[in-house]
Amino acid sequence: MNGVAYNFAYLDEQTKRMIRRAILKAIAIPGYQVPFAAREMPMPYGWGTGGVQVTAAIIGPNDRLKVIDQGADDTTNAVSIRAFFRKVTNVAVTTHTGDATIIQTRHRIPEQPLAAGQILVYQVPIPEPLRFLEPRETETRVMHGLEDYGLMHVKLYEDIAHHGRIATAYAYPVKVADRYVMDPSPIPKFDNPKMHMSPALQLFGAGREKRIYAVPPYTEVKSLDFEDHPFEIQTFDQPCALCGARNVYLDEVILDDRGGRMFVCSDTDGCDSRRPTTNDQPEARS
Amino acid sequence: MTDAPILEVRDLAKAYGARIGCVDISFDLWAGEVLAVVGESGSGKTTLLSCLSTRLAADRGSVVYAMRDGSRRDLSTMREAERRFLMRTDWGFVHQNPADGLRMGVSAGANVGERLMAVGDRHYGHIRGTALDWLDRVEIDADRIDDRPRAFSGGMRQRLQIARNLVTSPRLVFMDEPTGGLDVSVQARLLDLMRGLVRDLGLSVIIVTHDLAVARLLSHRIMVMKEGRVIEHGLTDRVLDDPREPYTQLLVSSIPQA
Repeated sequence: MNGVAYNFAYLDEQTKRMIRRAILKAIAIPGYQVPFAAREMPMPYGWGTGGVQVTAAIIGPNDRLKVIDQGADDTTNAVSIRAFFRKVTNVAVTTHTGDATIIQTRHRIPEQPLAAGQILVYQVPIPEPLRFLEPRETETRVMHGLEDYGLMHVKLYEDIAHHGRIATAYAYPVKVADRYVMDPSPIPKFDNPKMHMSPALQLFGAGREKRIYAVPPYTEVKSLDFEDHPFEIQTFDQPCALCGARNVYLDEVILDDRGGRMFVCSDTDGCDSRRPTTNDQPEARS
Repeated sequence: MTDAPILEVRDLAKAYGARIGCVDISFDLWAGEVLAVVGESGSGKTTLLSCLSTRLAADRGSVVYAMRDGSRRDLSTMREAERRFLMRTDWGFVHQNPADGLRMGVSAGANVGERLMAVGDRHYGHIRGTALDWLDRVEIDADRIDDRPRAFSGGMRQRLQIARNLVTSPRLVFMDEPTGGLDVSVQARLLDLMRGLVRDLGLSVIIVTHDLAVARLLSHRIMVMKEGRVIEHGLTDRVLDDPREPYTQLLVSSIPQA
């Protein structure tokens, strides 16, 4: 396939062991950010180097990998990372949520409910939910340690004071297992309820920030809110223009420069599965 | 008045290397009492205040605080979590520079509400109502509730800082030069406000100031510090009208007479 021989999944075995240790610790302490010695990856920061390292550490020859970016299997980031793993592991890849054993994601949780045994790997840009409220990392660590989370509600208070409602639409803070406040990575808050009691293992990798955290299967994940301003997800007043699905997360697609637009499923696999098969899967072409 | 002091300080000392911060400090503070610590810059007032409020660890001595539940705890043996809880419920700390005590990036309402949220209030309407009430008590217009403190004048910031501290009905408030940097008329209003609040809420206050006029207006008792030691200690009127120590006499005589 190529002239250079890479170790299976690109990283050397010692590095993978180091990352697995961090993952095990993260699973043992749900929502807690475990520092790890993130490596330079052959892609720029912001492309998902954290998620790629987590995936590289857990992937085995019998795994089937799906990679999504904004819910889509065919965007640059998803295609590149999928190609990367095909090259360095030669594992099977898929676009079908139900077929995958590992799903690496950026910005979405698939619409199809995940099953036990599946692993969802998130690419995380900023793991610290308190970052923009308290810039000192030394202080935020103490705040996590002492469960000193009043500040998190200050942010939500500000939202309501200025917008009349909690306007935070993505990276909506959650409390995991009634202990740690966690940033669920920039997924829309539409997806927050899917994290709660999910049968799948959820792993979060932040490469630049060198942190790994996790939500083990069947763990309580509660979105923060006020009693008189309860957490609510986005709603769409029209169905997907392609498959007609309701109660799914929609993307706005601009069609022309005269104001034409359509709203379609952000999850391309879910959308394809609801439509009569007209075109083949992107993998078949690559 | 209760039969035991709210704060008992014994032989407190703090040194910065070979340099003395404060040494041999012992006093009792009673519920509802305002104690002024006066002295010139560098006399150890702020060091003392930092040690008392556990912002700084003392080298020697003990500070025993009467908790709300009646138990008496040595502050140095408290865990960090307990100390923080005490700091944001039972205590207040008013900084000289309001920017140190406020969150400048969030609205006035959130500044006042932060302590409520920190102790578990999760009802927006209640938090906002309480914030409005407190803004009113410190004479800040209700329509400024969503403005950030950056847009406030120095005097307003200081009043906001006081509201932020008093919202959880603390029993003990530390103040570090609360009127520093304000012009005289604003100072007068602030002092008036503080005097009213202290009386109405029955607060115990330890106020550090170099301004004897502030001490005279607010405090019941005065401690005069010089080179890290308390050199004179007594009722405010006694100390200011009949100072014993030459240094205190010098301080008192240096107030310009209007």
